[in-house]
Amino acid sequence: MNYALGLGLAATLAGTIATAEVVKPTDVVYVEGAVETSLSGTAGDPQNGAEIMNKGAGNCIACHQVDALSHLPFHGEIGPPLNGVADRWSEAELRGIVANAKVMFEDSMMPSFYRTEGFTRLGDAYTGKAHGDAEVQPLLAAQEVEDVVAYLMTLKEE
Amino acid sequence: MKIAAITGIAALAFAGAAIAQDSNTLTIDGTTLLTETAAPEHLENLDTIYSGWRFRTPETQALQIDDFDNPAMIFVDQALDLFETVDGTEGKSCASCHTNGPEEFAGLHASMPKVIDGKLVVMEDLINNHRQEAMGAEPWKWSGGDMQAMVALIGLQSRGMPMDVAIDGDAAEFWEQGKDIYYTRYGQLEMSCASCHEDNYGSMIRADHLSQGQINGFPTYRLKQAKLISRHNRFRGCIRDTRAETFAEGSDEFRALELYVASRANGLHIETPAVRQ
Ligand code: HEC
Ligand code: HEC
Ligand code: HEC
Repeated sequence: MNYALGLGLAATLAGTIATAEVVKPTDVVYVEGAVETSLSGTAGDPQNGAEIMNKGAGNCIACHQVDALSHLPFHGEIGPPLNGVADRWSEAELRGIVANAKVMFEDSMMPSFYRTEGFTRLGDAYTGKAHGDAEVQPLLAAQEVEDVVAYLMTLKEE
Repeated sequence: MKIAAITGIAALAFAGAAIAQDSNTLTIDGTTLLTETAAPEHLENLDTIYSGWRFRTPETQALQIDDFDNPAMIFVDQALDLFETVDGTEGKSCASCHTNGPEEFAGLHASMPKVIDGKLVVMEDLINNHRQEAMGAEPWKWSGGDMQAMVALIGLQSRGMPMDVAIDGDAAEFWEQGKDIYYTRYGQLEMSCASCHEDNYGSMIRADHLSQGQINGFPTYRLKQAKLISRHNRFRGCIRDTRAETFAEGSDEFRALELYVASRANGLHIETPAVRQ
């Protein structure tokens, strides 16, 4: 009985996600580098956001130091430390920075995590081979961007 | 841009802190090598160039100070044997013609790559030309063990000499092509060689301490891979890491890039074969 109930709940949840408006990478509206509306229409999960900071296509700490993640080894020094970042930027600004930092910071070395066009010699992930004709996936999915933004919003010092 | 300037200053301070020896020089068997010098004229964005040795841990640095500890020397010894080994339809070895031994090639590495008869030629080309045309032997694979051992043996003959590749005359168009590649932001991560090795050398990127990406120590022995790494193999790895489609080893693009990157080291002493983690 419990089991059936669980499944039902999951189905309802999946239903909500499917019907929520996902903004496509090519449709994101930037206003002075900030993105007002949620990309997935679903609130971000800061815990999953913290995971993405450390691995996969996120790997933010490759370039940024984050004291709240000091239990993880090897924080990079390319970008500024992200401690207190939520005091400096609004949620909309952080969403814009994560989705495409090059709008906020011209020529930034920070990768554009929610963009699918305009690359030179786009590869197939880390194989070194050409990407081919398949649809280009952004580095992070809409919900993953929201999760990372939700995590960044927890980084307050004041 | 403000941040780039700040990390630039931090980078210099960090590079200074990473030096194991209290001097900037690397002394191998009594020969002192310059690991830092004024950047060549053509470099607009750097004042000082540093050998990759300066960015490594004391443990890795130490392996390069004594040839008995340098694991690359095993391969150099193998190349000495190969130099004497008869191969191919002509019944010849390198030593059949180069009777004075590899010492004959002292200084050659410092001027490579160079243009010969309108073609941009790197060391691997010279070696394979002689295998095929002079010896009638099969060419060696670009990043294969035999090839890179021979490149290291010939390079070693120039150890302690300053890099000095020509970038004008015949070389100019290849050099421009290489420079374009160096500054192009490739792949889904949109990074150029300069993003890592010019704008951010001295900083950590995850667990890696970024150097200026100089090739004065190539082929290098990589402890992680336990073998000699060719220049083109290193280029390929760095471009692959930007989630880009790379160029092939031995491609015209990588020959041009090699010339350009070599020219960024003009003035630094040759360290071949260097040791990296
Ligand atoms: C390859 C390096 C790199 C990676 C990877 C990277 N960033 Fe950045 N980031 C930068 C740089 C450099 C800046 C400074 C802006 C500029 O370019 O001027 C920056 C700026 C920022 C800022 C603004 C910080 C401030 O205090 O002003 C935030 C927020 C940020 N990054 C978040 C992230 C997140 C989240 C990720 C991962 C999903 C990430 N970054 C991945 C390099 C990187
Ligand atoms: C049949 C004779 C012959 C054999 C065998 C031969 N070479 Fe040569 N090599 C020459 C001659 C002649 C030159 C000078 C003219 C030239 O560059 O082609 C030369 C030049 C070179 C140079 C360029 C020197 C410079 O300063 O430009 C290199 C490097 C070289 N040989 C390496 C090798 C190696 C390595 C082998 C064996 C794999 C080899 N050669 C086998 C005859 C030979
Ligand atoms: C995403 C960052 C990144 C980019 C982009 C990049 N590299 Fe590297 N490169 C590294 C790292 C990390 C290392 C290993 C540490 C070091 O020596 O800097 C390295 C090492 C090297 C080395 C070996 C240096 C030595 O002393 O052993 C060379 C040469 C090199 N890179 C050349 C290039 C060239 C040429 C390009 C562009 C085609 C390039 N790199 C692009 C990160 C990068």
